[in-house]
Amino acid sequence: MTIVRSSFTLGGVVFKNRVLVASGTFGYGDECADLVDVSRIGGLITKSLSLNPRDGNPPRRIAGTASGMLNSIGLANIGARRFIAEKLPYLSRVDTAVVANIAAGTVEEYCEVLSLLEQHEGVDGYEINVSCPNVREGGLSFGTSCPATADITRRLRALTRKPLIIKLTPNVTHISEIARAAEAEGADALSVMNTVIGMAVDVKTRKPVLSTVTGGLSGPAVKPIALAKVFEVVRAVKIPVIGIGGICTPTDALEFLITGASAVQVGTQNFIDPAAAVTIAEGISKFCDEQGIRDVGELVGTLDAKTGVSVLESWL
Amino acid sequence: MIQELCVVLGHRPAGENIFTLGFTSPAIARMTRAGQFLNIKVGGGADPLLRRPFSVYHTDGAVVEIVFNVIGRGTAALCRKQPGETIDVLGPLGVPFGIETPDFETGVLVAGGLGVAPMPLATRALRASGKQVVTFLGAHNAGSIVAAHLLNVRLSTDDGSSGFHGTVVDLARQSLARREFRRPKIFACGPTAMLRAVARLAEELEIACEVSLEGPMACGFGICQGCPVELAGGGYALMCKDGPVFDIRRIIL
Repeated sequence: MTIVRSSFTLGGVVFKNRVLVASGTFGYGDECADLVDVSRIGGLITKSLSLNPRDGNPPRRIAGTASGMLNSIGLANIGARRFIAEKLPYLSRVDTAVVANIAAGTVEEYCEVLSLLEQHEGVDGYEINVSCPNVREGGLSFGTSCPATADITRRLRALTRKPLIIKLTPNVTHISEIARAAEAEGADALSVMNTVIGMAVDVKTRKPVLSTVTGGLSGPAVKPIALAKVFEVVRAVKIPVIGIGGICTPTDALEFLITGASAVQVGTQNFIDPAAAVTIAEGISKFCDEQGIRDVGELVGTLDAKTGVSVLESWL
Repeated sequence: MIQELCVVLGHRPAGENIFTLGFTSPAIARMTRAGQFLNIKVGGGADPLLRRPFSVYHTDGAVVEIVFNVIGRGTAALCRKQPGETIDVLGPLGVPFGIETPDFETGVLVAGGLGVAPMPLATRALRASGKQVVTFLGAHNAGSIVAAHLLNVRLSTDDGSSGFHGTVVDLARQSLARREFRRPKIFACGPTAMLRAVARLAEELEIACEVSLEGPMACGFGICQGCPVELAGGGYALMCKDGPVFDIRRIIL
C-alpha cells in the first residue's frame, strides 16, 4: 500500500487527517483514552464550553429513534475556567489538533470565553456553536439569523488569529445564506450541520419522551439531510466546509468529501464505537489507495452532479 | 474498561420471558466488580443504533452472563443471538457496590424483578469479604422469580403465588424493623418506585443503603451526558460514570 496523504491545513493549523470527532460526542478527550489512540484522530472538538459551568437539562435527555438518537443534553459542561485548569493540561499533550467549541447566550459571553482560551496553550482553533437546539442560551437564535451570525463572527474574528469555524444549524430555510454571512465576516470554515430538531412521544403516558419536548436528532437517520446541506453550502461559499451528520463508516465520510466537504466529523457513532473516527480515517485511506488517489484532498468536491445514475450495487 | 467482540455461548430461559445470555470474555470476567455493568451493541446495523446497558449477572471463569427480559428491539435482537455469533461489549463500566467497607456486617440485598441482576456478584463479593448475606427477592409472580446464585433468599410476589404476598420492601421492612440482622447495609436494585420505598425504609430505620439505578443511556462512560441523576445537593451526576450505584442519601429518585 502506497502512502496516501490524509492531512490538511485549515487557517494555518495542520490536521493529521480529515476525520475529526464532533463536539459533545467525545467529552474532553481524556474519557476515551482507554479505548482509542486519540493521536490517530484528525482533530478533537471539545464539548461546548460556556463561561460558567452548566448542569444541563433534567432527565430525560436521550431517546433512541429509527437509526438515530434524539438528545437534549442542554450543554452540560464544566465551564471555560475548569476546562482550562483540568482538561487543557491533558489536551495540550495530545498529539492531534484540539478545537474548542464555544456556546453562549450573548455575544459578550462568546467573546469572553474565546478571550479566556486565547490566554492559554493547547487550543488550536475554535468552533462556534450558534446552533444548539436545546437551550435558549445555546446560540440557535444567532444561528438562524444572518445579521446575528455575521455580528458574532466579526466580533470573534477580531479576537483571534487561530482558525474560526462556525457550526451551522439545518433548522433554517436557507442554510447557504447563514453560511455566506459567516464567510463574509472572516470565518475560516463552516461545520455543517448541527442536529435536526426532532421529537418522540411515549404513547402510554402520552407525554413527550424528552424533558424539553423537542431535541436534536442525530445518527444515520440524518445523513441524507446533512449531505444535502453540505451540497447547498459548498456551492454558496469558498471557505472549507466540514461535513457532519450520521457518519458511521468510511463510505459515509467519502460521500461528504466527494460532495465537497474538506473534512468530516464523527458524532453519534462515537457513543457506539469510540474508535470510529480512526477506523473511518483508515478506511478513507484504503479507498484512496485502491482508487489510485494519493491525497484524500483530491476527492473533495469531485461530485458529478450532472447525472443521477450510479452503479447498481448501491441499490441492490 | 475494554471494548471487545465476544462470542455468544447461548441463552437459557430463566423465567417467564426472562433469559440469561452467556458469552466469553476472560478480561471482562476478571475485571468486573459487583454492581458494574456492560454496554452491549447487539447487532452490527443502524437499528437499534445505540448500545444497551446490562448488569453483569454472573461470571464463571472466562464466561460472563447477563439476564434480561424481552421488552424491546434491543432485547429481542439479543434473544435471537445464536451460539457462535458475536456481540460488541463495552465494559466493565461504572461504580461497583461498596462491599469491602468495614461499616457493616450483614449485606441486605433487596431486589425487585430483574433488579436481581447485580445480586449474584454482590452475594459472592459479600461472602468473600466475610459478610453475612440475606436476600429479599420480589417478583410479579412465581414464574418470574430468578433466584440462582443467591443466598438466604426470602421471596415475595405481587400476586402471592410464591412467598410473601406483597412488595419486597414490605417484606424486608418486617425483618429490618425487628433488627434481625447485625449491622446491616442495604444494597437495592429494581424499579424506581421500589427504590423510593427502599429509600424511605433506610431513612426511617437509619440503615446505610446503596441503590443500583437503571435508565436510558447512550455511551455508558460519560461522554454523551445523556443519563443525568438528580443530586440531593443540586445539579446532576451521570448514572453511567458516577453510578449506577449511589449512596441513597446522595441522590433524589
